[in-house]
Amino acid sequence: MTVAAWGLALLQALLYVALAPLLAGWIRKVKARLQNRRGAVILQPYRDIYKLFGKEARMAHTASLLFRAAPYIVFTATWLAAAAVPLVATGLPTAAIADVIVIAGLLALARFFLALAGMDVGTAFGGMGASREMLVSALAEPAMLMAVFTLAMTAHSTNLVSVVDHQLASVDLLRPSYLFALAGLVLVAIAESGRIPVDNPATHLELTMIHEAMILEYSGRHLALMDWAAQLKLLLYGALVANVFFPWGIARDAGIGSLGLGLAVVIAKLALLGVALAVSETVLAKMRVFRVPAFLNLALLLALLGLLSHVILEVGA
Amino acid sequence: MTLPDALLPAGLAVGLALLSALVSLFAARYPRVLRVLAMPLFSLAGLAALVAGLSALLGGSVSIAELPFGLPWLPWQVRLDALSGFFLGVIGVVSFAVGVYAPGYVRGFEHGRDSLAALGGFTGLFLAGMLLVVLADGAFLFMVAWELMSLSSYFLVVFHHDQAANRRAAFLYLLMAHIGGLAILLGFGVLASFGGGFAFDVMRGAALSPGWASVAFVLAFFGFGMKAGLVPLHAWLPEAHPAAPSHISALMSGVMLKVAVYGFIRVVFDLLGQYHWQWGVAVLAIGSISALLGVLYALMQHDLKRLLAYSSVENIGIIFIGLGLALLFMASGQEVLGVVAFVAALYHTLNHALFKGVLFMGAGAILHSAGERDLEKMGGLLRRMPWTGLFFLVGCIAISGLPPFNGFVSEWLTFQSALQVWQLESGVLRSIVAIAAAMLALTGALAAACFVRVYGVAFLGQARSRAVRRARQVPPGMRAGQGLLALLCLLLGVLPTTFIGVLNAVPQQVLGQGLAQATAHGWLWLTPMSPRIASYGAPLVAVALFVTLTLGLWLLGRGIRRVRRCDAWDCGFAPPGPGMQYTATAFAQPIRRVYGLLFHIDEGVEQQPDGRRRHRLQVSDRAWGIFYLPVMRAVENAARQVTRLQSGNVRIYLGWSLATLLLLLWIIA
Repeated sequence: MTVAAWGLALLQALLYVALAPLLAGWIRKVKARLQNRRGAVILQPYRDIYKLFGKEARMAHTASLLFRAAPYIVFTATWLAAAAVPLVATGLPTAAIADVIVIAGLLALARFFLALAGMDVGTAFGGMGASREMLVSALAEPAMLMAVFTLAMTAHSTNLVSVVDHQLASVDLLRPSYLFALAGLVLVAIAESGRIPVDNPATHLELTMIHEAMILEYSGRHLALMDWAAQLKLLLYGALVANVFFPWGIARDAGIGSLGLGLAVVIAKLALLGVALAVSETVLAKMRVFRVPAFLNLALLLALLGLLSHVILEVGA
Repeated sequence: MTLPDALLPAGLAVGLALLSALVSLFAARYPRVLRVLAMPLFSLAGLAALVAGLSALLGGSVSIAELPFGLPWLPWQVRLDALSGFFLGVIGVVSFAVGVYAPGYVRGFEHGRDSLAALGGFTGLFLAGMLLVVLADGAFLFMVAWELMSLSSYFLVVFHHDQAANRRAAFLYLLMAHIGGLAILLGFGVLASFGGGFAFDVMRGAALSPGWASVAFVLAFFGFGMKAGLVPLHAWLPEAHPAAPSHISALMSGVMLKVAVYGFIRVVFDLLGQYHWQWGVAVLAIGSISALLGVLYALMQHDLKRLLAYSSVENIGIIFIGLGLALLFMASGQEVLGVVAFVAALYHTLNHALFKGVLFMGAGAILHSAGERDLEKMGGLLRRMPWTGLFFLVGCIAISGLPPFNGFVSEWLTFQSALQVWQLESGVLRSIVAIAAAMLALTGALAAACFVRVYGVAFLGQARSRAVRRARQVPPGMRAGQGLLALLCLLLGVLPTTFIGVLNAVPQQVLGQGLAQATAHGWLWLTPMSPRIASYGAPLVAVALFVTLTLGLWLLGRGIRRVRRCDAWDCGFAPPGPGMQYTATAFAQPIRRVYGLLFHIDEGVEQQPDGRRRHRLQVSDRAWGIFYLPVMRAVENAARQVTRLQSGNVRIYLGWSLATLLLLLWIIA
C-alpha cells in the first residue's frame, strides 16, 4: 500500500510538471479566441520550453553564482510545493509531509530566490521587478494564508487532505467564511501568478512589468526553468482553488476507475478556471502599480473577514 | 564552598567568564592578550555554559546551591533547572561562536586608541552577568546580576566614545535600562511582600490576589519588555545595539534580549503561577504590534546594523506572540495548546539567537574588511567574500521564516497553536487571536522583503563604493564563528523534532506538562497536536529539496562550466554601471508609500548653498513623537518648577531641610 501510495504521489508530482504548460497554453488560446485572433496552438508552451532547453544559456559579466543556481532552486521549491497540493487523489502521503503553511513557505522560498536573482546582475529593471514582487507578495502571502486558514480552522486541520475530506463531508457549503475565503484566494491567485490586472505575462513594457523584469537577464535552460516554474505556480493555485473549494470528483481511493474520473474532473475544472481567467484578462485592464496595493488589501480584507466570520459566527453555532 | 556536581559546569562557565575579564586587564599593556587569551577563555566559558544547559535539559534534575556571598540574611542562592538550563544553552552557544569570531574582529582595534582592556574586561563581566541572571534563585542575586549585565553592556555600547552619537545612544540605553530595572525591582517587591522573602522558592508559594498579581505582572512586563525592546519601549535598542562593536552587537541582540525573555518567563509563568486571559491579550497585542512595526522600520533603514537591531524588535515581538498565546490558552484551560505556543516561543528564542548572531557577525565582517555599514555603499560582496556571503544568505533565509531553515519551524508552531483558537469559548478572544495570526503572516512576508533587500543590495550586483570594491575575505576564525551558527540554523530547521524533544523538559517543569505528541511519531515527523491536525516532515522536505536540486543540476547543468559571459542585456540599453542599480531606499519605496502613515517621513528638495538641489529623505520612528517627547517635556517642566525653590538664600534652604526632616520623622512615627 505505502509503496503504491508513494508511487502515486510521485506520479501526481510528475503530472503537475507535465500539465503546467498545457494550462498556460489553454489560457493563451482562449484569450486569443476572445480577442478574435487565432492564437498559437495549445501545445506552444511545450515547444517554447523545448526550444529554450536547446539554446545556449548566457550570463552577464556581473552575475554571481546565485544567479546560476536560482532557476534550479525556484523550480524545485515550486514543484515541491505543488506536489503537496492534491490534484487527482487525496490519500497520498505527500500531504502529511507538507501542510498548507509549508506550501506557502516553499512558495516564499522560490520567490526569495527569484527576487534575489533579479537583483544579482545589478540592472535597474531587475531591482525594480524584485522590489515590486516583494511588495505584491508582502500583501498577497498573508491574504493567502488567511484564506486557507479559514478552511483549515473549519476542518480543524492544516493538512490539505483533511481539509478536502472535511469539505466533501460537510453539508452547508454556503457559509459566509467560505465565500469570503474563496474570493480572497482568487484575488491572491491572480496577483501571485502574475496575471492581469496585477502584472502582465505577455509584455516587456518596463513601466508595468514585475515578473518579467526579474527574469529579464535569463536565457536558455535557465529561462526555460523560470518560465516552467511560473506555469507550475499558476497550476498550483488553480488546483488549490479547484480542489480545496470545489473538491467533488477527486479520487479518494487508489482504484483505476476513481483515479481516471479524478483526472478527468480536475482537468475539466482547471479548463473552466482557465476560461474564467482568460475572460477576466480580456475585459480588465492592467492596473497602475500603485493601485495594486489597494487590490491586494482588498484580498487581505476579504480573507480576514472570512477568518473572523468563521471564528465569530460559525464556531459557536 | 562546594558546588553540587550538576552545577560544576555552570560554575566553571561563570568562573571562566570572570577570568577572561581579569586576563583582559593585561591587554592595556600587551594588546595581543585579548586575542590570544581572553577571547579563547570567553569561548570556553560559552562552551561550559552550553554543557551545563544541555545536561540540565537532558538530566531533568534541579540542583540548588548557596554561594558564600551576599548578606547574612540574604544569601545568594543559585539554581539550575530546565528553564535556566535552556537559556544557559542559548547564551552558551552564541557566546562560544562569538568567542571564536572575536579574535579576528578585535585585531582591527589593536592599533586604535580605544582601550582593549575595557573591551575584554566588560565583555567577560557581561557574560558573567547574563549567566548569573539565569542561575539566580532569589531576587537579590537576580537584581545584582541584572545590573552587572546592564552596566557592563553600557560600557561596551560606549566603547567607541569619540563619536557623540554613540555617547548619546549609550546614555539613552543606561537610562532606559534603569527605568526597566526599577520596574522589575518593584515587581519583585510585590512578590516578596506577599511571600515574605526574596528567595524564588518563597515567592512561588506566595498567595497573591488577582489584583496584586496583575500589578506584579504589569511591572514585570514593563521592566522585562523594556529590556527586550518591545514597542513602544524599544527606542534605545536601534540606537544602542549598532553602536557597540559587532561581536558585542551579536551578543546583545542574540543573547541579552533573551535574558529579558527569560526574566519574563521566570516571573510570569513560574513565580506568579496564575494565568489570566487579560494578561494574554496584553502580551499578544504588544507582541503583534512590535513584530509588525519592527519589521516595517527595519525595511526603512539603510544602516545595516541598525536594520538588524530593528529586526530584533520584530523577532522579540514574535516570541511574545507565542508567550501571549500560551498565557491565553493556559488561562482558558487549554493546556496542550498553551504548551504548543510556549514551545514555539522557546524555539524562536533559540532560533533568533542563532540567526541574529550570524547576521550581526556578517555585518561585522563587512565592517571589518570594507569599513562600511551603509547599505547604499555596498554591493557585489558575494564575489569578494564568498563564505561570509553564504553564511549571511543562510541567516537571511532563516530569519525570513522560510523552509527548510529554523525560523520556519517556530513560525509554523506559532501558527499551529493560533489555528486551534476554535477551542476557546469566547468569540472576542477567538477574533483577537485570528487578527494576531494575520499580523504574524504579514510580518513574515515583510521580513522576507526586508532581507531580500539587504542581501540583494549588499551582496549582489556591483560595488557602489571603492572600499567595498576592495573588500577582502575575513580571517578563518571569523568565518568559523559565522559558519557554526549558520550550520546550527540548518540543523534546527531540518531536525526540529529532535530538538523539541530535548527542549520538552522546560514546559514540563514550568507548565506541568510537555509536548508528548510532538515527538510521538519519530524524528521524521513534527506533530504538535496529532498527525490528523497537522504534521511537518522537515527532514523529508529538506531531503526532497536536496535530491531534486542535485538531480536537476546534474541533468541540466552538465555544461555548467561552459556558460558564456556577456554584457547584461537590460532591454538593450548600455551596460549598467554601479550607480544605475536599484538602491536600498528605492527598493523600500513602494512599501514606504503603502505604509506611509506608520512612519514619520520628512521628504523634500533642499537648495544647497552652491545652488545645487538635493533630495532629502528622513524616515524616523513615530514612537519618539508619541511616547518619548511628551515624557521629556513633562520632566523638563517639572525641573523648571523645582527651580523656583532655588532662591540662593541659605536660610530658606535650611528651612526646607528642617521641614523635610520633620515630615520624615512624622511619617516614620
